[in-house]
Amino acid sequence: MIRSLVTWMDERLGGAPFLRNALKKAFPDHWSFMLGEVAMYCFLFILASGTYLTFFFHASDARVVYDGTAVPSLHGRTMTEAYASVLKLSFETQAGLMIRQAHHWCALVFAAAIVTHMSRIYFTGAFRKPREINWVIGFTLLLLVMGDGFTGYSLPGDALSGAGLKIAQSIALSIPVIGGWVAFLVFGGNMPTAETTNRLFAIHILFLPLALGALIALHLGVLWRQKHTQFPGENRRENNVVGSPLWPNYTVKSVALMLATFGLLLLLGGLVEINPIWQYGPYDPWTVSSPAQPDWYVGWLDGSLRLGPRLALRFGGHTITALFWAGAALPLCVFAIVYAWPWIEKLLQGDRAEHELLQYPWQNPLRTSFGVALLTYVALLLLAGSDDVQARITNISVQTITWAYRIAVWVLPPIGFAIAWRVCRELQARHAYEAEHPPRVVLVRTDEGGYDEEPVDAPAVVP
Amino acid sequence: MIAPLAAFLLAALGPAPRATVPSNPAAPVASASPGAMSNGMPPPASTYTSVPGAPPADRVKEGGELYAVHCLSCHGATLHGTPMAPGLTSSGAADVDFQLSTGRMPLEVPGTEPMRGPPSYPRPQIDALIAYIVSHGGVGPPVPVLRHNGDLTRGRVLYEENCQQCHGATGDGAVAGFGWLAPSLKAAIPIQVAEAVRVGPGIMPRFGANDMPDRDLDALVGYVEELHHPDDRGGYSLASAGPVGEGLVGWVTGVGGTIIVMLLVGETLKPKR
Repeated sequence: MIRSLVTWMDERLGGAPFLRNALKKAFPDHWSFMLGEVAMYCFLFILASGTYLTFFFHASDARVVYDGTAVPSLHGRTMTEAYASVLKLSFETQAGLMIRQAHHWCALVFAAAIVTHMSRIYFTGAFRKPREINWVIGFTLLLLVMGDGFTGYSLPGDALSGAGLKIAQSIALSIPVIGGWVAFLVFGGNMPTAETTNRLFAIHILFLPLALGALIALHLGVLWRQKHTQFPGENRRENNVVGSPLWPNYTVKSVALMLATFGLLLLLGGLVEINPIWQYGPYDPWTVSSPAQPDWYVGWLDGSLRLGPRLALRFGGHTITALFWAGAALPLCVFAIVYAWPWIEKLLQGDRAEHELLQYPWQNPLRTSFGVALLTYVALLLLAGSDDVQARITNISVQTITWAYRIAVWVLPPIGFAIAWRVCRELQARHAYEAEHPPRVVLVRTDEGGYDEEPVDAPAVVP
Repeated sequence: MIAPLAAFLLAALGPAPRATVPSNPAAPVASASPGAMSNGMPPPASTYTSVPGAPPADRVKEGGELYAVHCLSCHGATLHGTPMAPGLTSSGAADVDFQLSTGRMPLEVPGTEPMRGPPSYPRPQIDALIAYIVSHGGVGPPVPVLRHNGDLTRGRVLYEENCQQCHGATGDGAVAGFGWLAPSLKAAIPIQVAEAVRVGPGIMPRFGANDMPDRDLDALVGYVEELHHPDDRGGYSLASAGPVGEGLVGWVTGVGGTIIVMLLVGETLKPKR
């Protein structure tokens, strides 16, 4: 039956040669090549779970009185319709809370998978010519996921996310010249307004997912056209790809990974509580709770705000507030560096050749060391974003911890750079030595239990 | 994988390690709540009277003996304080009962920050100390009287507007800045919560009867009692650490878990050569 269906399609569309070719496409076998797939499957999962949630969520800031009994301490409370609808979808909808939690967990894993995938691409030099386009698309995908995650986290209108949203609006306002327009476009006025949730909803479920879907398609299309990179090795050259064919071998592997990802997310959604908005309460600007952190992929920006200088510039009747440096300028600089890295590396090292074979991280100390330094920097900002939680755990004053991070973000990235540089150099030297002095004998265990030297060319005795 | 991590967080974040110092003795006394004592109902959690100026003489005497042994060296023979500790002449019954019944006083090491712990004295001795200290002025607020009939929704509004900025939405406590920690409320019994509200220990604001009428105090204390039974219908609560714990779990189980799967399937299915 499948055969006749395929024949029917082929007679009308003529795709058989392409399909035959596509099913034989080689996928390299290294495990790290599957990191990006986790992100892709997260996209499918988040789309499906999010669609379910839209059936029950009301994107409205209209004030309603909660008449449900699911949360007794909120009975009779005035809140936004959005918040009330999330309570209802959590407690009075089939599988609502599990799907909502799995959706939120998926956002955390989605962004984490992209960061891990990008790290693999970066440290193996997979972004080099001709793959700069996919580097740019891939990083854009991460930014879109961050934006989609933050807008989604803000939709319920709870006290925790409301505080974060107010900070985001203040950062938008701090941008010189265009800040006011940007803030009013996204938030519909001086938040909280009757427009905010509606606009965030449009961005969250329409604009960003569409952009994500289109760019993921483009990302995969470019990947398909350019074929995979691969690690150097036996029979692996610049002009071939060694790996499993897409069908059936790689399909089985990939489907296994997909099912594992979905299963993991559903398990988390069913077993581990995330964003319990009924505990945080509905948002009013004066009810901000503590400790208050955003989701991790925004946490490093929160950390940047906590460490940032109180530096306000005034000239000609204009003020650039302190928020701008830590909240807008710093992330824009980080984004610009990541976007431009393929060209920065070309500029610094002059390598403009095409590369189909990957490098091991030690083969390019400059790239590896810079990557370690940048990741250290961002990780420190992320840690600084939870300085109050650490103060509570360690019994050290939060001011002391904040100052420690202020110093650490300047000191530790260079130290990380130096350590990575040194390790790369040592590994390079070792590989060079081994290339110059190939081992002439191998130690082999004899049947009697002793050890013997044999020339390296002799067939090894396999026990 | 989650359980040990969460257990670590739980242990680390558990009942607040550091607490509050004694209340400011110079605090004005206008916030005393005379209405609380005039309704004829006995204080629910204790057996002593805290009406200023009318303690039985033998109880004052017993309190004086205890004071001389355990408190005098820091707070002074005349209760006017020493460089080591504030005076107690304006401390009311609520203040003394809060400090003693939560184990914050007496301090093991003078000059350190008081921490919550098991009380050092049984109830009759606490009552005696209250009687003695209150007889030396005792203008501070008396022990509030709770009716335990507060409105839960109202209590939650009051908590969100006045308390969760420091004690956290779940009442687990949080940092309050400059080395201060707002303690967890999970160990506090209702009368201690009410006393803290009226007295304002440490850097905590003091809420007098004008700021928080008795009816509101009842509602607030009722909601704090409700927080002792957290509503974690979503599953394991990750020590109520919010997005910090969630991010950690997302990375460890999400990225870590899928990498394990990748390692399992990644290179085992070799094509035929």
